[in-house]
Amino acid sequence: MRIAFTSQGSTWNDPIDPRFGRAPYLLIYDEETDKLEVIDNTAINQVAHGAGPETARKLFQAKPKVLITGNGPGGNAARVLENANITIYIGAGSLTVEQAYKKYKNNELKNY
Amino acid sequence: MKEIVIISGKGGTGKTSITASLAKVANTEAVAADCDVDAADMHLLLQPDFAYSEDFYSGVIAQIDQEKCIKCGKCKDVCRFKAISIINKQYVVAPLDCEGCGYCAQICPRDAISTPHQNVGNWYISSTRLDMPLVHARLGIGAENSGKLVAKVKNEAKALAKEKNIPFLLVDGSPGIGCPVISSLSGADFVVFVTEPTVSGLHDLQRVYELIAQFKLPAGCIINKADLNIEKTKLIKQFMQQYQIYELDDINYDEKFSEAVTNGYTAAEIDKEYEEKFKNIWKKIKKIVLEKK
Amino acid sequence: MVDLDVEEPNSGLFVKGKLEETNPVYKMVPVWEKDKCTFCGNCQKVCNFNAVIQLHTQVLVFPKLCHSCYACSELCPTDALPMKPEKIGEIKTFHQDNLTFLESCLNIGQEMAVQVIAHTNKILEKDYQGQLIIIDAPPGTSCPVIEAVKDTDFVLLAAEPTPFGLHDLKLAVDTMRKLKKDFAVIINRFGLGNDKIWEYCQRQNIEILAKIPNSRTAAELYSHGKLIYKQIPQVKQEVLKIANKIRQLSGEPK
Repeated sequence: MRIAFTSQGSTWNDPIDPRFGRAPYLLIYDEETDKLEVIDNTAINQVAHGAGPETARKLFQAKPKVLITGNGPGGNAARVLENANITIYIGAGSLTVEQAYKKYKNNELKNY
Repeated sequence: MKEIVIISGKGGTGKTSITASLAKVANTEAVAADCDVDAADMHLLLQPDFAYSEDFYSGVIAQIDQEKCIKCGKCKDVCRFKAISIINKQYVVAPLDCEGCGYCAQICPRDAISTPHQNVGNWYISSTRLDMPLVHARLGIGAENSGKLVAKVKNEAKALAKEKNIPFLLVDGSPGIGCPVISSLSGADFVVFVTEPTVSGLHDLQRVYELIAQFKLPAGCIINKADLNIEKTKLIKQFMQQYQIYELDDINYDEKFSEAVTNGYTAAEIDKEYEEKFKNIWKKIKKIVLEKK
Repeated sequence: MVDLDVEEPNSGLFVKGKLEETNPVYKMVPVWEKDKCTFCGNCQKVCNFNAVIQLHTQVLVFPKLCHSCYACSELCPTDALPMKPEKIGEIKTFHQDNLTFLESCLNIGQEMAVQVIAHTNKILEKDYQGQLIIIDAPPGTSCPVIEAVKDTDFVLLAAEPTPFGLHDLKLAVDTMRKLKKDFAVIINRFGLGNDKIWEYCQRQNIEILAKIPNSRTAAELYSHGKLIYKQIPQVKQEVLKIANKIRQLSGEPK
């Protein structure tokens, strides 16, 4: 399965970014291949309005099944993710990507 | 680092003054960020030195290259905002009317229209008369606050907090219920709602609560001028209980508040009593934020 | 009287009257017609506001983010995004004695305040031409304010005599000058704060029309939604000064 994280950096040790739309990096962990893919989303800084749907569209292209993030996306982004059939888990705001993955595996994260 | 955002629906509730007061008592524990860019008044109480300044670019506005323009008029035809007119036989864009949609640039047969980002203001990192740094911004006339600017101010404040190992971020949030306030709330750990017991106060609280609920954020409320209308204060408290909003404190109507602002200091600096009051509010907030995982 | 503070229309809490009619305000937004769509991706490409997103064989439209520029709709090669009206607010018309009161309101969750204001302005131009119109404008110096004062003949700037008030007043004055509007200042909560606002107006040669005295009673009356001038004579006196100025401007005898 492919699992996405909103992150402040590009590695397992970087902290989760609690925001969705304006998260600078999206990390995708592919459990089958054990690879961590990095989507650079830093250009979102240039977007004045509608950052949420734009990031959601980018995420859709990476085809994850699950998204792990902090506070959860706003309404517009949530609609894109719902249409893309991505399940959202929240409450990982104060963790690193690795810690967040472990918590998810232990069913310790809240479903959005 | 924990992020605390202070918001109110309408102006005049004392939000900025209360944020500055919390900043005063939080002292070295926090970095302050002013995201109420439309009425950025916190600097009047904190006296920042504007030490570091950078231009801020946002939104786009159409620009017509007269050399390339063949005067076909297509741009003027498609513009729904009447932003393009003919002046001295040239097609010109009125910047205040241009919405930045870029339709004219799409339709131009000669690629004569570009849509450069606009310099709409500045943002700053300042030392203040208090021990805490302030990140703030100033917009030009007609420029609109945006999620982008709020995100920028908050990001810089966060980076500063990280660098100096400061545990809290105090954000003076944007008003309303649009994009800037969503950006203010995004990434927050706790929301403080400042309201007053007036006909509009409760109404505003309910509107903004819808947003907070969407982000599933824990929130607390300070009722300013609470003794002006005891009935309305009661109604606000009932609402708070119903939706599990923490009751942080009431502040009674006191002209010392405006006096303090007039003389350029925060309400926490009026006297010992007010200082204690704000210290207690700050303690309460910290306790809630640190206990929450 | 017209309330154009469409995000927080509060005048109606003080001025009521009998509700005569309610008219919806629409904005035009694209509506996706799946059958016609070839999934070429052009709509998403031309939208500068991220209001149209294509997910593989699905196009999502976010009406709240849409600025009604028509680019996606008119540039669609197969007309799969026709523009249709969406309700974003409403205008209520009240009557109280000789007063007509229009309350212009943006629906919660909508962001395009300017469109509701522009629509109300059109109605004023069409149905109320030649009449004296008093507008309660939104705060700040951004697009909604500019839209609200664009067609006016005179602007009254209300300010408090505190540093916050002065700071915001200076921005408002800059805005009015940029828009080339005639204006004057009303000092509210006079007696509070300091004289800086008065000094500023003197220096800048700005007329101060009235000084509404500060009092706790006024704040209490406001909190209950009551009209202040009816109960505090000093306030009434100042309000009459403003009324006289308006009469004078509109060519009526004092």
